[in-house]
Amino acid sequence: MTAVIEVQGLHKRYGDTVAVDDVSFTVDEGEIFGILGPNGAGKTTTVECVEGLRERDGGMVRVLGLDPARDRAELTQQLGVQLQDARLPERLRVDEALDLYRSFYRAPADPDALLEALGLDGARRTQFGKLSGGQRQRLSIALALVGNPRVAVLDELTTGLDPRARREAWRLIADVRARGVTIVLVTHFMEEAERLCDRVAVIDAGRVVIVDSPAALAARAAAELGVERASLEDAFVALTGSGEDDHVD
Amino acid sequence: MSTEALRRLTATELTLFLRDKVGPVFGLAFPVVLLSVFGNLDFFTDPAHGIDGVPLLRVYVPILVCFVIAMLSLNTIPPTLAGYREQGVLRRLRTTPVGPARVLVAQLAICTGTAVVAVALLLGVARVFFDVPLPAALVAFVVTALFAVLALVGLGLLVAAAAPTGKAANAVGSVLFYVLTFCAGLWLPLAAMPTTLRHVSEATPLGAAVQALTQATQGDWPSPGRLALLAGYAVVGLVLGVRLFRWE
Repeated sequence: MTAVIEVQGLHKRYGDTVAVDDVSFTVDEGEIFGILGPNGAGKTTTVECVEGLRERDGGMVRVLGLDPARDRAELTQQLGVQLQDARLPERLRVDEALDLYRSFYRAPADPDALLEALGLDGARRTQFGKLSGGQRQRLSIALALVGNPRVAVLDELTTGLDPRARREAWRLIADVRARGVTIVLVTHFMEEAERLCDRVAVIDAGRVVIVDSPAALAARAAAELGVERASLEDAFVALTGSGEDDHVD
Repeated sequence: MSTEALRRLTATELTLFLRDKVGPVFGLAFPVVLLSVFGNLDFFTDPAHGIDGVPLLRVYVPILVCFVIAMLSLNTIPPTLAGYREQGVLRRLRTTPVGPARVLVAQLAICTGTAVVAVALLLGVARVFFDVPLPAALVAFVVTALFAVLALVGLGLLVAAAAPTGKAANAVGSVLFYVLTFCAGLWLPLAAMPTTLRHVSEATPLGAAVQALTQATQGDWPSPGRLALLAGYAVVGLVLGVRLFRWE
């Protein structure tokens, strides 16, 4: 396995607040890597440093051998990003958005195939303002993939989706991986991580608590709790939440 | 690749601008409607009510040109760009090879292009339907109008850069619009203003613009001081606007 993303001792502060204290992990080619953690744990800041949207204050980050802070032009060609809460202009149509975004890349994907794969075929001429929440998320994924990236970072992809749309999104992520794209998935849904991720990093208070497969984490939690079966959620609660009730999901 | 991207981006922004209708209606159609209303009132066409024997309608053509420019640059650029920032449109562009700076370029180009069309339309309608002669110094008029567009677009960019939200940008842009069109003489032509008010107005971008456009209308090159003032506003607005602009 070759490492597609390497993060070593990442540190990021906003003024006096330390958002990411010391985070290290590697993501291997072709895997779905989950980043879990309570709200405010530093998940989004971590991936923003990986995407090059924020400048890190310390540590090393390499994506496909590129430094996100220095090699942005090349990195953006190969890294697809699905942002939390990023909208499009209200009156922009689905097909127009894809046509626009594909013109940004050297070797773009076929937008028609992408729309079909994402089930947006029928919404081609619909304006962004009139799309449902699920359709917006799917369009957001389409835009993250239209550049034919080797790596995709998906942040809180299924937050705000109803159960059916969430399941569709999961199927989609599996499809994308099947095409050879390495995926980093930021989430706070344990079920999602359990189903999709090969490995997860649990981040709490700006530090990586542990990196392992969801099954291994659940097994550990079962052993620690002295029960027969435990879920990833049990492991998560045991590993984080040193501050008890200071986070609510 | 990047010129293709800029072309695409500009075409897309233009589509959205036209689809939104606010810019075309208020920037293109509304000034022509105003002109037509004025042009059908004896008060505006009778030289007896004019200023120094010039019918008010002719006095108002340069004022309406300023109105068009202000409408496009202060009422479309700030809410659009600040809204894009607020909604994460610019942030999403940051994740692509193209980046968000070209959206500014596209918006400024669309605003300038629309202003050119709107001014040409206004002068054309005034000439054909209301017997207002074209500016006697046409080249000087065009040059001055372009200076005025750059000055106002710079201000619009500055508002977009400084305003925290789309709503705030809209509010600040509207207030500036009323103040500056007042200074351009929309409610009271500069020639009819009390001396102090006129001096104050002439120091504002549209006050200077309307006086310079009036000079060009009468066949003279505008005073260099007025053009320099407009150029100064343009440089300060555009440079500060670009430097202060936040993408998130």
